[in-house]
Amino acid sequence: MQELKNRIKQLMEENVAQRALGWKKGEFGYDAQAAFFESTDELDDFVYNGFCGANLSKYMIEACKKEGRTIICLKPCDTYSFNQLLKEHRIQREKAYIIGVGCKGTLDISKIKANGIEGIVDIEGADMFSSENLLKIKTVYGDHELAYSDALLERCNCCKGKEHMIFDEIIGESADTVSADRFEQIEKIEQLTSIEKFEFFRNELSKCIRCNACRNACPACNCRKCVFDSDKFDSAQKANSDSFEEKMFHIIRAFHVAGRCTDCGECSRVCPQNIPLHLFNRKFIKDINMLYGDFSAGSNCEENCPLTSYSFDDAEPGKI
Amino acid sequence: MKKINLNKLKELFAYISEKSSLFLPIESANSINFGMYDEKAKVRLDVLKTSKSPKDLFFPQSETLYSCQSAKGKISIEPQALQNDEFVVFGMKNCDFAALEILDKVFLSEPVDTFYKARRDNATIVTLACARPSESCFCKAYGIDCAQGAGDVSAWIIGEYFYWCANTQKGVALLEKTAHLFEDADEADVESAKAQIRDIVAKMPLMSLDLKNWGKGKTAEKFDSPLWDELYKPCLACGTCTFVCPTCQCYDIKDYKAGEKVVRYRCWDSCMYSDFTMMAHGNNRTSQMQRFRQRFMHKLVYFPDNNDGVFSCTGCGRCVDKCPASLNIVKVIKAFDKEA
Repeated sequence: MQELKNRIKQLMEENVAQRALGWKKGEFGYDAQAAFFESTDELDDFVYNGFCGANLSKYMIEACKKEGRTIICLKPCDTYSFNQLLKEHRIQREKAYIIGVGCKGTLDISKIKANGIEGIVDIEGADMFSSENLLKIKTVYGDHELAYSDALLERCNCCKGKEHMIFDEIIGESADTVSADRFEQIEKIEQLTSIEKFEFFRNELSKCIRCNACRNACPACNCRKCVFDSDKFDSAQKANSDSFEEKMFHIIRAFHVAGRCTDCGECSRVCPQNIPLHLFNRKFIKDINMLYGDFSAGSNCEENCPLTSYSFDDAEPGKI
Repeated sequence: MKKINLNKLKELFAYISEKSSLFLPIESANSINFGMYDEKAKVRLDVLKTSKSPKDLFFPQSETLYSCQSAKGKISIEPQALQNDEFVVFGMKNCDFAALEILDKVFLSEPVDTFYKARRDNATIVTLACARPSESCFCKAYGIDCAQGAGDVSAWIIGEYFYWCANTQKGVALLEKTAHLFEDADEADVESAKAQIRDIVAKMPLMSLDLKNWGKGKTAEKFDSPLWDELYKPCLACGTCTFVCPTCQCYDIKDYKAGEKVVRYRCWDSCMYSDFTMMAHGNNRTSQMQRFRQRFMHKLVYFPDNNDGVFSCTGCGRCVDKCPASLNIVKVIKAFDKEA
């Protein structure tokens, strides 16, 4: 991490960029937050470890409104979102200096706490650039150890790959984290009867409190004003006025980001009610792959998206 | 003081729920929240914090206020019935109970909110001591004791037993109704448990949070601080903090059109949202910095200004646990302390 910090400092001192977008340490070692570093002095609090799950791509929209260039730290999967935002003209390439940061998977604090680990005061071993696979967790109730690889977010267990799709330079090594098939759970749900599927999603979506964290964290949800924030429709943005709306909101959102969602998993990571929202998006990704051939949103800035381009070979409704 | 073996709690729940609705922490679809008891419910009294606070048992996320029906050129108005059935809330933590007392200041002062009052009047609240407080808890900073609940009934889980004693008339009534299931216990049994909890509290990192720089009359000092400009930046402008918070009480009133019928309902609002307090002339807070500042100034300055110095936060720490950007009231308080 020190190497990364030093390099950012150097780039700022050499005036390559005017600020940096990275992560800042929190209170307990697991609550790092996204942060703009406007001066090299502020970099004292800079951190990059397994708890830096936040995808910074979307913050680039704000960074583009500022004077000069911004250094942005992107993990491999974050670069897909960055490309997608470029493609949608929401950010400008020349406003960013991209440091592709190595990644050995991001950590899920709820998974750690689900092991009965509470009262955490410090966590050692979360460093991204160390080859150690051991988290040493200090708590008020005693110390615990847990394998780093056992505490990964679901998205990291079925990682798309550790290659940065866009960067100016790369710092740090990445390590493979794949231990599950990305579409396994989707296939399981596809096997359910329609009644069982409905039950499954009703149970999950009935937990929704309409806090909109999924939407606001989502790099694909980058409309200047969301339709659900408009007061010109009957749809309410902050409460489910009926049980239909509670499902509708997430389904509409999934349709809206279909073909643009890079499966970064931020929606599920931020949900305060643990709703596995990524399942909707992944189903669409699977279907798009099946209907139009393998496609990975954000793998580059040039390729047309199957859903926004037309060819005579396109699948026809009812003729699959 | 009475006690009951933990394996007989199910009997207690069945008995209470026969006479009145019983709400307690229930696990459903991988999330734990207060819900209504039935025999299939997966009760999770062992869990420190429910995902959402139990405030929606008194102030639901959305509720109908009245409905209008149009028929044959005439409009009739149907008032919404108040919730007049008695119910029991079991296993509320003392921070959440303290939060209800804050909501009382808002909803029970004139003009009294009749919907809220009906629920408050009809609820019997069993507060359960926190056996294992977490690092995100800071109730003590507000003078709240998580070892001794202040509800109608105070309860503890110690070893194999569940202990309780009544604090109010409603509490006495609940204990009398269920007396046949309990055996007598010694007060001293819970004293050591309380001492143990207080020892743990003393070690938790946020419990000693200092609020001396906040409270009444701090508006001029805090409002224009350049720190807000820095602090708000990672904020995603979602409403997670406000919706999981036990003291956030802002709501919006809307109409829902359903054919010939119009339902007027109210729902929780969030100062994080762009249309919060939208008025005919537009919105008086146009940037996310202003909205972010509003939330913390309300909890730490404006509310104390209007309520004899009482803060509108009880240190439950849900915002600390749940904020997708890992921002929270503690970071705000500490950032200002550092500056001072």
